[in-house]
Amino acid sequence: MGTILRLHDLSKAFGAVTVADALSYEVQEGEALGVIGPNGAGKTSMFNLITGTLRPSHGRVEFDGRDVTTMSPARRSHAGIARSFQVPQPFSGMTVFENAMIAATQSAGLYGHHAERFCIEVLDQTELLPKANAQAASLTLLERKRLEMTRALCAKPKLLLLDEIAGGLTEAECSSLVQTIKSIHAGGVTIIWIEHVVHALMAVVERLIVIDFGKKIAEGEARAVMESPEVKEIYLGIEADA
Amino acid sequence: MDWLNAIVQGTLLGGLYVLFAAGLSLIFGVMRLVNIAHGDLIVLGAYLGLTVTTTVGLHPLAALVIVVPAMGLIGYALQRGLLNQTLGDDLLPPLLVTFGLSVILQNGLLELYTADPQKMDAGALETASVTVGGLTLGVLPLLTFGFAVAVIWGLQWTFYRTGLGRAFRAVSDNQDIAQLMGLNRRHIFGLAMALALAVTAIAGILLGIRTSFDPSIGGGRLIFGFEAVIIGGLGNLWGTLAGGVILGVAQTLGAKIDPGWQILSGHLAFLIILAIRPNGLFPRIAA
Repeated sequence: MGTILRLHDLSKAFGAVTVADALSYEVQEGEALGVIGPNGAGKTSMFNLITGTLRPSHGRVEFDGRDVTTMSPARRSHAGIARSFQVPQPFSGMTVFENAMIAATQSAGLYGHHAERFCIEVLDQTELLPKANAQAASLTLLERKRLEMTRALCAKPKLLLLDEIAGGLTEAECSSLVQTIKSIHAGGVTIIWIEHVVHALMAVVERLIVIDFGKKIAEGEARAVMESPEVKEIYLGIEADA
Repeated sequence: MDWLNAIVQGTLLGGLYVLFAAGLSLIFGVMRLVNIAHGDLIVLGAYLGLTVTTTVGLHPLAALVIVVPAMGLIGYALQRGLLNQTLGDDLLPPLLVTFGLSVILQNGLLELYTADPQKMDAGALETASVTVGGLTLGVLPLLTFGFAVAVIWGLQWTFYRTGLGRAFRAVSDNQDIAQLMGLNRRHIFGLAMALALAVTAIAGILLGIRTSFDPSIGGGRLIFGFEAVIIGGLGNLWGTLAGGVILGVAQTLGAKIDPGWQILSGHLAFLIILAIRPNGLFPRIAA
């Protein structure tokens, strides 16, 4: 098991707003890493830097042994990086199945029946198969979140980025989604998961990093990080000695 | 009978307008690009057809085999080399650049082919006719209408039944997400323009068989194409077919009242529909 992703001294600012500040960490193949931090800490921007929709002003992104810092989002997608969005962004004029097929044919490079069969497998895993022919615009929030995950998985990713996929779901919906994510992780996909719903996150990830103002302020075994005074103080807004 | 005849002839004339419009509709649907040079590209197609027929000695319809792929290649190169650079949040740059392209095309054609009106010779096809239920229908207009229906059907099939069409729709729906799914937007746009100009080649050749043409007539063809697209509703290909037919029928009915009213009545029909249904008859994309 090698290192699949390495962020090296990554910095990016929009004017006075710093979204990444000398950010460095590594993710091992097959790992599930959780990311927490206050709103506006730069978590989603970090995903944009990894997928290539944002270019860093300083630093490097290495993926699967290659420097991908200057690669286009489309080429990084071919290389094996896939993500889901906090606010689901399906191709709303297309069916669920067509949404999946775009990822399978374009990103994973599958053809014809292979692509179709693979999409059906993934839809089965993400429990969207009964909705395969529904227009994406007609889906409920949970279904849209599942579609985000389906599309990401149909890209046959080596690295799956989940952005607050449990946000806005009911307790029951959330736990069914956690089961799906566990099964995906068990299948060998490396996951980085940004999440405010901490109990959902803790059910899946082994390791956590905490980000604030674009800076990594804590990193380590998930429970230990959650109990550290830095997290209590900065992330949860509680004074350490209170 | 006279009025029925006018309606039928107008429908067939509409087929030509559908061919003018199909490429515009496709390009707007996929990349929200308003191509001001579209009319001049139709004329370019006609001149390419003329060159092929006169130098190789092919029948104009046989020349399609050469002109259609040639225009497709020109379309891909034009999109990758020039138009992709103009696309963004601002609608003005593509308008300005395609307007400039229109000027360059007109003057280029003027330089190469002079201002003399030209016409392609399609032999007996031009005057052949069939009589159906007392109406005399020209074979060429029937053929044109057949091409128009086939083109719209083919584009519709491509859009909704093929992987390429799925890619067109994905890019049209959300470019950024499509990029993250591994779609190369620039290449997809290139293919869309290639397809649009392939259709434009058909339009140009049928135009060049039907009437005489010179380098300055592109603007008028652009207007007819625009009107057909907008009457039908933006982004809806079957709507474009309906729009072309409505425009054609309005023109022949106007000409029936007074021969001088043909073009005017087409524009009036367009204005009336625009006033009543600002998004066209069958809009797919909210304006």
